Amino acid sequence: MSEDITRHRYVDGKPRLRRFHQARWDEPILFELSRPGQRGILVPQVEPEIRAEVGDILATLPAGMRRREPPALPELSQPQVVRHYFRLAQETLGTDLNIDVGQGTCTMKYSPKVHEALARSPKVTELHPLQDESTVQGILEILYRFEQIMKEISGMDRFSFQPRAGSAAIYTMASMIRAYHASRGEGEQRDEIITTIFSHPSDAACARTAGFKVITLYPDEDGYPDLEALKAAVSDRTAGLMITNPEDTGIFNPRIAEFVRVVHEAGGLCAYDQANANGTLGVTRAREAGFDMCHFNLHKTFSSPHGCGGPGGGATGVTKELERFLPVPLVSFDGQRYYLDYDRPDSIGKVAPWYGVVPVIVRAYAWAMSLGAEGLREVAEIAVLNNNYLMQKVLQIPGVSAPYAKGKRRIEQVRYSWQALYEETGVHSEEIGLRAADFGVHYWTSHHPWIVPEPCTLEPTESYSKEELDEYAAILAYVAQEAREDPEKLHTAPHNSTIHRIDHSPLDDPARWAMTWRAYRRKVAEAQRPEENAS
Amino acid sequence: MRKKPVVYPYIPNSVPEVKEQMLRELGAESMEEFYADIPEALRLKRPLDLPPPLLSEYDLRRHVEGLLQKNRTCQEYLNFLGAGCYQHYVPAVCDEVNARGEFLTAYAGEPYDDHGRFQALFEYTSMMGELLRMDVVNVPTYDGYQAAATALSMAARITRRREIVLPRALSPDKLSKIRDYVKPDLEIALIGYDPETGELDREALRARLSERTAAVYFENPSYFGVVEGHGGEIAAMAHECGALCVVSTDPISLGILTPPADYGADIVCGDIQSLGIHMQYGGGHGGFIATRDEERFVMEYPSRLFGIAPTMVPGEYGFGDVAYERTSFARREEGKEWVGTAAALWGITAGVYLALMGPQGMMKVGETIMARACYAARMLDRLPGVRAPVFRSAHFREFVVDFSGTGKTVSEINQGLLARGIFGGKDLSREFPELGQSALYCVTEVHTQGDILRLVEALKEVLQA
Repeated sequence: MSEDITRHRYVDGKPRLRRFHQARWDEPILFELSRPGQRGILVPQVEPEIRAEVGDILATLPAGMRRREPPALPELSQPQVVRHYFRLAQETLGTDLNIDVGQGTCTMKYSPKVHEALARSPKVTELHPLQDESTVQGILEILYRFEQIMKEISGMDRFSFQPRAGSAAIYTMASMIRAYHASRGEGEQRDEIITTIFSHPSDAACARTAGFKVITLYPDEDGYPDLEALKAAVSDRTAGLMITNPEDTGIFNPRIAEFVRVVHEAGGLCAYDQANANGTLGVTRAREAGFDMCHFNLHKTFSSPHGCGGPGGGATGVTKELERFLPVPLVSFDGQRYYLDYDRPDSIGKVAPWYGVVPVIVRAYAWAMSLGAEGLREVAEIAVLNNNYLMQKVLQIPGVSAPYAKGKRRIEQVRYSWQALYEETGVHSEEIGLRAADFGVHYWTSHHPWIVPEPCTLEPTESYSKEELDEYAAILAYVAQEAREDPEKLHTAPHNSTIHRIDHSPLDDPARWAMTWRAYRRKVAEAQRPEENAS
Repeated sequence: MRKKPVVYPYIPNSVPEVKEQMLRELGAESMEEFYADIPEALRLKRPLDLPPPLLSEYDLRRHVEGLLQKNRTCQEYLNFLGAGCYQHYVPAVCDEVNARGEFLTAYAGEPYDDHGRFQALFEYTSMMGELLRMDVVNVPTYDGYQAAATALSMAARITRRREIVLPRALSPDKLSKIRDYVKPDLEIALIGYDPETGELDREALRARLSERTAAVYFENPSYFGVVEGHGGEIAAMAHECGALCVVSTDPISLGILTPPADYGADIVCGDIQSLGIHMQYGGGHGGFIATRDEERFVMEYPSRLFGIAPTMVPGEYGFGDVAYERTSFARREEGKEWVGTAAALWGITAGVYLALMGPQGMMKVGETIMARACYAARMLDRLPGVRAPVFRSAHFREFVVDFSGTGKTVSEINQGLLARGIFGGKDLSREFPELGQSALYCVTEVHTQGDILRLVEALKEVLQA
């Protein structure tokens, strides 16, 4: 019998850290692979009868509108294209590959594979949005049924799925707040939106884009949104409150109903940013807290994959009083058939083409249907259990803390601080993340501004096992220890990634930044010219 | 008897023993402890009232597929609808790449662990840059509507002016979006079209331009499919009054049409759905914005902009965010508009499409679309009482068909076509009543001569009925 290999994979009964190395293909930029004449795909031939009928069709173009030079795109054969993109895929660490608890606020949960089979069915992909309603009853029924589910989860009375991601939904809420006050003749006067610093940056930015001034509240000493500050901020200029809860610290605002009451009494509306709803599904709802509207991210809480940054889905719900302002059309049912309801004169109109990112809605519907009421509650509870479990493990690492609400539990995520470790070793939070990448995991600091110094935000969701959470904590513990023993290793990290530390300086220098290959080639050539002249 | 708890396949720690062990290790009595901050009054004291779950994957699949079976697709019916969402051929490689789990499930990793995502998006913007002949292209925004609304907002910030001039020959939905978006800051003036050619009414435009004009926006090809022949003249008029020229285009036309930058466009925008992305009942959109590489333009983008940079190892390509401080991620409401999750996977997909097509494919597909659309228009024009195209101009992909002379409404005709397995063109009679009983027909490279002749035969029947 040969030696037991397994023995070497454990130390003191615990698994060793992975000897991870990410794919490193040294892949050229596509343009470098180009060879004149190669083709990646052929286009259908125009039939001879058509050719005979229309003649030289390009000659019919107005003078100056016929492209003179072919576009300088790369010329590649199909297998080259496939190999290139598969290599780039391997150099991308999707949630399918890693213990993706390090991208806090993003809810990096498992995206079920069966949803791909459904969303990619021709019965979804090959539908045109203007088809006669009689031919799209199936997809309209899914939109309608999913709306009923979202109404129950939130307690709101009507939903639009038109906004194409979370921030677009936040903007839509700001636009409806604007329309509501305008409808009451207070549009000019009510020009202030109140938010909190631990609400997503878009709660502030979208309000500004919709024309509002933004008032940002900071937390009180315990890390809770400051009620006294809110009372001081409201006035007859208050248009509304746009607030994330639980906030990006993972702390639930226990006075949220009080916040809503104060804003309502001042004549404002309240919009609930439910981007962090994963830990509260079936536990608490926008309705009971008194909100007028809310939104959910279908690519976060509702499992649709994040797609490298979209497409997503921003489900936007309102109470009956505000239903008339929702974007058009809504999906309605007359007892016989599902139809698109455009007859909504007070609507803010369109915020995006058509009816939303339909494949994302199909996935979200399938997800909710696979879980039901008990399952959604299980999602919330396990997400919260996982988070508190990971917090206990992480807080055992010397040098890290969880500011605010000391000794208290958190909901679905925690904003940690490595300030103590930084003061001891000079290693920044960002560098801890770059070193953690050497072990095959993501890690994210936090949105700006960094109220919490040297921050990181972890959100384990319901998708990871106890052992996987242990592994993530073990990686952080190892890296923190290394910060003390060999800080240079962190200052120069990553070491096992696809590439090494980037020189970011050109990215903020208009003379050197390059957002396309053509700009890069031009700027490199321009920069080399003086050298050549000198030599 | 207590019901046996469900162990959920997507939730590893839903195993009761694991849950209990974790609670024990946390010194927690029950899950309730974690929700201590949520006041009693806010608790939902009953289970959610939802349909019973479909716990097995088979049951779930059967249920959803059962609903989807009620749809009739553009593979089953012959489709001539466009108006902003287009049925083009989607190469298999596009679907293969965007289904890769690494891309599909990635999000916001660093440019190290997500190097491939950054490179794929940099290559997308680079290929778009060649097609558009512009040096700066954004990581995609949500859709072409948003791209137009943001491009116009950018123009207003750059010029510090408050009026934007738009064509009346515009999708009413898109106009609705732009109206909502610019409402706090900008006024909109609409310019009509020449009833003969469908091109922008340049006399009306000239009369409208002033020192208040921030931007002149037009589309090429237009909403009516008309190739605008006077782009250079319009751009020059905008520039003379100190305004910017913003042009929306469909990149699939640019293998054969002059890129707007070459006739004076300052900002070019549009939708990338035509580039290898399925229609998905309108769910397949992504928006692009492109400009010259000038700081005053670059600093007004709200979107992520990915740039190329060296690493500490010679010969390694690195990537990162350009001028991040402009964004709302960096500066909340002090950033430009906002940035967030949008349509990155469609950007990667459009890149794959352009890589497959190359210069020859893009020229060929453009020519094929024009030829087939022209042929379709001529065949329809031969039907009694039918006039196509209504405008005497070159068209790309779409054209207006006037049925007023047939004595039938577009709605009646489309019902007749539907009964024959055909989705007729979009009814324009309510949006553009001056065009009478007209419809917007869309013909692409997927429509064979046989498909077009089938439409003609069906229309003959419908019109005779």
